[in-house]
Amino acid sequence: MKRVGGRLALLAFMVVTSFIFFLPSYQPLYRQLPDWLKPVLPNKGITLGLDLQGGIHLVLEVEEDRAVEIAVDRSVAAIQDLLVEKKIPVESVKRTGFTRITLSFQNADLKDQIQKLLDDFPSFYEVESAGDANTVVWELREGEIKRIKDSAINQALETIRNRIDQFGVAEPLIQRQGLKQIVVQLPGIKEPKRAKDLIKETALLEFKMLDEDSKLAFDLPQRIPKGKEEEVLKQFEGKIPEGDEILFERVVDKDSGREFRIPYLVKKRVMLAGDVLSDARVAIGQFNDPYVSVTFDAKGAREFERITAENVKKRMAIVLDNTVYSAPVIQERISGGRAQITGAFTMQEANDLAIVLRAGALPAPLKIIQDLTVGPSLGQDSIDKGIKSTLFAGAMVVLFMVVYYRLSGVIADFALALNLICLIGALAALNATLTLPGIAGIILTIGMGVDSNVLIFERIREELRQGKPVRLAVDGGYDKALLTIIDSHVTTLITGFALFLFGTGPIKGFAVTLCLGIAINLFTALVGTKVIFDFINQRRKVEQLSI
Amino acid sequence: MFEILGKTNIDFMGKRQVAFVFSGIMVFLGLVAVAQISRGAANLGIDFAGGTAVQLKFDQPIRIDQARKALDAHGLGDAELQEFVQENKLLIRVKTSTTIEEKVAERVVAVFSQEFPSNRFVVDSSTEIGPTIGKKLQQDALIAILISFAGIVVYIAARFELRFGIAAALATFHDVLAVLGAFYVLNKEITLLVVTALLTLAGYSLTDTIVVFDRIRENLRLRRRDDIATVINNGINQVLSRTIVTSLTVVLVLIPLTLAGGEVLHDFSLALLWGVIFGTYSSVFVASPLLLIWPGGPGRLLKRA
Repeated sequence: MKRVGGRLALLAFMVVTSFIFFLPSYQPLYRQLPDWLKPVLPNKGITLGLDLQGGIHLVLEVEEDRAVEIAVDRSVAAIQDLLVEKKIPVESVKRTGFTRITLSFQNADLKDQIQKLLDDFPSFYEVESAGDANTVVWELREGEIKRIKDSAINQALETIRNRIDQFGVAEPLIQRQGLKQIVVQLPGIKEPKRAKDLIKETALLEFKMLDEDSKLAFDLPQRIPKGKEEEVLKQFEGKIPEGDEILFERVVDKDSGREFRIPYLVKKRVMLAGDVLSDARVAIGQFNDPYVSVTFDAKGAREFERITAENVKKRMAIVLDNTVYSAPVIQERISGGRAQITGAFTMQEANDLAIVLRAGALPAPLKIIQDLTVGPSLGQDSIDKGIKSTLFAGAMVVLFMVVYYRLSGVIADFALALNLICLIGALAALNATLTLPGIAGIILTIGMGVDSNVLIFERIREELRQGKPVRLAVDGGYDKALLTIIDSHVTTLITGFALFLFGTGPIKGFAVTLCLGIAINLFTALVGTKVIFDFINQRRKVEQLSI
Repeated sequence: MFEILGKTNIDFMGKRQVAFVFSGIMVFLGLVAVAQISRGAANLGIDFAGGTAVQLKFDQPIRIDQARKALDAHGLGDAELQEFVQENKLLIRVKTSTTIEEKVAERVVAVFSQEFPSNRFVVDSSTEIGPTIGKKLQQDALIAILISFAGIVVYIAARFELRFGIAAALATFHDVLAVLGAFYVLNKEITLLVVTALLTLAGYSLTDTIVVFDRIRENLRLRRRDDIATVINNGINQVLSRTIVTSLTVVLVLIPLTLAGGEVLHDFSLALLWGVIFGTYSSVFVASPLLLIWPGGPGRLLKRA
């Protein structure tokens, strides 16, 4: 006589455990639980994938070459400052190529003096072969390039994290992927476009002086229609004084609502950058127009005071990501370390600008290389359809099994239910993410789950046809089908495993449900149904099996 | 006992010529599809080819020709449109090799809000995939396919004799190629999900073949006297009702999934559905006859079994 008690207890235990793990996934029920119970129970269940709850999945790539260029440009500016300070008359300091800085000078006697400057810039070395009597060429070290690229991605990661935190998203995922990619997942987000703009904005704030001495400044058109920027740049190409550039301001005509651009001739040299900000807030101006008020840190405030004192009555451009926001005339020395960024903002734009300024600038521009956005309505729609097809599919199979195998079919259906319960419990225990293909995986598990029982039942039928008594036929059926069932499960597991390793997002969700479903099925089909047959056989001598 | 089939005695091996012709055509189509894919000439989904897909859900029905005209007028003439009529949904796909910076999704949305101001819509989903990601996904898919096939062949070779392993692997290839060929002929998009379906059906079809092979192997041990074609035929006939019932249960769940699972899962379920049908056919008509045409006498089959 086979003991069935232990096995029945095991099944009951599995069902209860699955239910406990599943609880947090169904919030309406979980919230009803008494508070003293919650700390004992798992608090995290199945998460819905982005395709089910809506949201965005972005893969961003840091333009790391730009980060290197920016770093070299910054060194160029620092070298220039140092040359001015030490009163060394150098004709030009320029970034040549990607990582090289070329210093040219008239007087060949200066060479020694200039070469000594290199001590202050240890990340560069001198390229002896490239220079001559009147030039010195410095090159960024290989290790330094790597360090800049590496820190660029880490800094971008940190900045994005800050911005998302301030924007307020529940359970965002921000993660480095490979060498230069960043994955950002924002589930359940309502305004995808706004979030994307917020992430992508470089938010490099710079204060630069206008070049009001050059004749060119007076030749620039007053204002041009939106979209004509390229033409203006082409028109003045080659005429722009060295060290200057043309930048544009965006203005909106209040009456017509049309957008215009105002070109400015701006000195390239950065007087002050956004890294000295300590805060940025939205404020409302006289005419109810929102602007962003920025506060500098102590060092920034000192610098700002010095710069404004030196440039009274001159115009300073406030530049964000190479767009001029305003170019006010400095009326007097400004102390106190505050500045205003005005522009044709809506309240929301001003708000987002304050966020990105607070969170800091990105070290280099980002490129979106993958963008999956699912609206919340489609997500709900998919869940509804998923549940509908699962119920429908389940009903068809359950019904078929009962019609075809009678009472044994009911036993198989019981195993199927057990299979589903344990599958959902396992998904919850692993905190797996349920995706739409994942739901398809569950449905497929329903269809394939009964396969094992069909195999067994057909074997039992064969044994019965040969005239064996019920108990022997059942045992024989299970024994003979066992190897076949294991073989067939392993092959599906192999493909499921390959999908898991190489699939992304939704596909991975499918692979997880499929593999778990198959593994659990092996158990429920072999143990779950057998115990019931044994139970029936144990109670009384069965003459006829309903199969 | 309720049975779809009683005891059958069908001469499957005798019909193998017909089956081989049919399968040959399907495999040929599949190979053409593979060649076209590797040339980049097949209808690859944007997840592989790179590009933009935007799905809009309108308040009122939208006419596809008007939508096309509107897109044409705004320089998006190469967009592919697909409508889901019952729900007033429209899927716009633009395949590009250029970078994502162009903001095609935003342009598409702008076109519709400008040209159809009275028909309000929400953006159901938008997908933009840069060409580098597309390449990576192609690579990943290829690796997944190779690994799973290698895994399958190794497992079967370990569990069965080599001849069984090769026949099973060939039959599995046959099923995948047949479904791929069918998708190609019907100009359906090959997306990441379709590839997933192909891999899944590979696993499933193999399962089916294994059950048949298991029985054939068992019979080979029991009836050493019979000629091999008879043994194979008997094996197939013995498990025939099982073969049909198991496929039927999977088909039973795939039909509602294809019909009611929504547009995302439609092609995925369709590929699986066809795959299951082909897989069942191939266990009987492809895998088993392959055992017969393998060079060597009947005894060879049992060498290690």
